[in-house]
Amino acid sequence: MVRFVMLVPLLIAVIVGGFFLWGLDPDRDPSSIPSVLIAQPAPEFALEPVDGVAVPGFSRADLIGNSGAVVVNVFASWCVPCRAEHAVLTSFVERDGIRLFGINYKDKPKDAAAWLKKMGNPYELIGSDISGRAGIEWGISGVPETFIVGADGTVLFRYVGAVVGKDAIARFSEALAQAGALNEGAS
Amino acid sequence: MRKLLLLIACIAVLPWAVFAVEPDEMLQDPVLEARARVVSKELRCVVCQNQDIDSSNAGVARDLRILVRERLVAGDTNDEVVSFIQARYGDFVLLKPPFKPETYALWFAPFAFGGLALAFGGGVLYQSRRRKAGRNLNTEEETQVAKFLEEHRKGTEI
Repeated sequence: MVRFVMLVPLLIAVIVGGFFLWGLDPDRDPSSIPSVLIAQPAPEFALEPVDGVAVPGFSRADLIGNSGAVVVNVFASWCVPCRAEHAVLTSFVERDGIRLFGINYKDKPKDAAAWLKKMGNPYELIGSDISGRAGIEWGISGVPETFIVGADGTVLFRYVGAVVGKDAIARFSEALAQAGALNEGAS
Repeated sequence: MRKLLLLIACIAVLPWAVFAVEPDEMLQDPVLEARARVVSKELRCVVCQNQDIDSSNAGVARDLRILVRERLVAGDTNDEVVSFIQARYGDFVLLKPPFKPETYALWFAPFAFGGLALAFGGGVLYQSRRRKAGRNLNTEEETQVAKFLEEHRKGTEI
């Protein structure tokens, strides 16, 4: 019994030390917020098209019953990282044949239309979220954010921030492959 | 002197100028507005994460403040408003962690560690005190000591 009691401090030190090691992990982002949406049905929302952009708006109904997983990207013309991410998303659409829907977050329709005209429009559907209310339904904390939604309308993956750079693109591709969103024939 | 007073007055007023809640967000009804302030002090801003939305200037915080007020006007109770936002952003938006099995470790760990420390400290103190007190000699030992002292006085070695 006494032997065991003598071991308790060592045990506590090991446990606490384990937590410290975990906390020191440079790959851990302490400010990342776990999404409540993962493995949940996509939230309820309905967005009008952006004025001056040819593609229609979309709602939750458009996310359900697709032939495969689709990607929902929250973007805005005023968001600088979105500009960098735009090229990555465009290449995913053109090369891998993913289906990309856009939520135009708190953007002036005129600015959004000009931005898409200049940069090109990889989005199949774009909903205009001027009030930011759909953004809250999706639980976003800023733009850009990107979600992968399964064919049955279940949210499978969330990426906070721009999908830019080798690591981010690798992580996103892996999630796309797992969701079955990559068009194998095209790649 | 007057200038100094003016300066002090200006500095004293300064903190009031940094309220994040903007006038156009506020509700006409002072009771509802007061409730809205209470609710928004419980909710964490998801951008600047150690601030409540009541004091944050982030865009999302402003949206959430407006949403809180809309829900209150629509007749929600304070708890309903909080759970509405919790359903979208998770437990993370609550500045006070909820009490449930996942968070038992969080709530009980301080008490457990405190109790452990007390038990150990108490144990160590008790042991050392017992050791210090020692014990009395029994008769056989008493005679041995007496004999030793006696022979020592005579100057003979044992």
